[in-house]
Amino acid sequence: MSFFSFGQSAEIDIVLNDGETRKKVEHKTEDGKKEKYFLFYDGETVSGKVNITLKNPGKRLEHQGIKIEFIGQIELYYDRGNHHEFVSLVKDLARPGEMTQSQTFDFEFTHVEKPYESYTGQNVKLRYFLRATVSRRLNDISKEMDIVVHTLSTYPELNSSIKMEVGIEDCLHIEFEYNKSKYHLKDVIVGKIYFLLVRIKIKHMEIDIIKRETTGTGPNVYHENDTIAKYEIMDGAPVRGESIPIRLFLAGYEMTPTMRDINKKFSVRYYLNLVLIDEEERRYFKQQEITLWRKGDVVRKSMSHQAAIASLRFEGSAGAEKALAQTREDSH
Amino acid sequence: MSESTVADTRRLNSKPQDLTDAYGPPSNFLEIDVYDPQTIGVGRNRFTTYEVRMRTNLPIFKLKESCVRRRYSDFEWLKNELERDSKIVVPPLPGKALKRQLPFRGDEGIFEESFIEERRVGLEQFINRIAGHPLAQNERCLHMFLQEESIDRNYIPGKMLLQD
Repeated sequence: MSFFSFGQSAEIDIVLNDGETRKKVEHKTEDGKKEKYFLFYDGETVSGKVNITLKNPGKRLEHQGIKIEFIGQIELYYDRGNHHEFVSLVKDLARPGEMTQSQTFDFEFTHVEKPYESYTGQNVKLRYFLRATVSRRLNDISKEMDIVVHTLSTYPELNSSIKMEVGIEDCLHIEFEYNKSKYHLKDVIVGKIYFLLVRIKIKHMEIDIIKRETTGTGPNVYHENDTIAKYEIMDGAPVRGESIPIRLFLAGYEMTPTMRDINKKFSVRYYLNLVLIDEEERRYFKQQEITLWRKGDVVRKSMSHQAAIASLRFEGSAGAEKALAQTREDSH
Repeated sequence: MSESTVADTRRLNSKPQDLTDAYGPPSNFLEIDVYDPQTIGVGRNRFTTYEVRMRTNLPIFKLKESCVRRRYSDFEWLKNELERDSKIVVPPLPGKALKRQLPFRGDEGIFEESFIEERRVGLEQFINRIAGHPLAQNERCLHMFLQEESIDRNYIPGKMLLQD
């Protein structure tokens, strides 16, 4: 990095205050590898320390300022030069001057808005990261630390089933039904296929989950389809009146929540594709969109309010009062 | 204390199947045989015809059983009609074997028994794949090919209207 061996350089290290307790999750990087990152939710505070270690002790480090930024940005792979920042916060840690020894700076970004979920896709990436920078005349020294953000939802109020009759005039009529239109990521798709008319020779039937990533706008819209799952639900030739059950566990597949028009830059949508294959390998299919959402982990909830009150009578007041305060906080 | 709920994976309600539907004959019966090759004529004007027999219970076909004689060029005609009028990707026919029609061959050329058998198998596969295609079943040329005594090359192409 530095061609001049007699200059001073520094190493930057960013450490979170709750690094010991905060949960980490696996997230795919652009080259397909999986790595673990700290998990944050919308509204959580991001606080920690920036350690700047001088490489050559005794030498001074002149700088034009030290700062730390919290950035949420969308990066389209075909347009790498332009990062679209939708969250950009900065804290100055030090005014221009010089460092004579290694130092640690505290920082806190309070109740940061993180409106979208982290996403690494085929043509687009949405990421959040901290970036600490020591500005210098010739070249800055900076360090980035990526975090992962999950967006949570609760059970939707309206969650109607999907029920439809489709077919080819006088050849094949089926009625398909899926129990919901909105599924959480660990949900089960329960459904059935009912055959009203079968005049073709069906060999088998499968259900596929297709992920469609859409980037670009107007005439430059680009859809990337990826078949996430293929699940055979019937083997053999059905006749009229037969009903084939469907039970598809989503937890086994790597999926994200449905993302619609994120910051007007991209969408990620999921479709169920029902495919029937006949003896001549002809495929008949019907695609249906489903909405996927992320359910919060159970661990965040403690005892119910009633149970907390009941425990007051039996436990020491300190423990029970804390539990009671916790439930009051949870219900807000 | 965890709140883990076991997902409801019970089957959805469905009507029990009528026993006559369950044990009745399937409504997708369609069988076509290409067999009995006969070489007609003498010398340079010889050609081979095949019997094309069809049995079906699909309502779109007027006759539930039919039997006609067709030659290779009739199959070619059908392929061309379908490629022009329908949106389907028509499967390939067995080869035209032009080399076999050149003079000074050591064998019988296109009237060689093994060649005729090879061609018969290819034609049978071809017609079965076509006849089972829901879009091809709409074309009048297919019905004329399978169920009419001779092919009227001056016919008016078009789609079938379903007869009840």
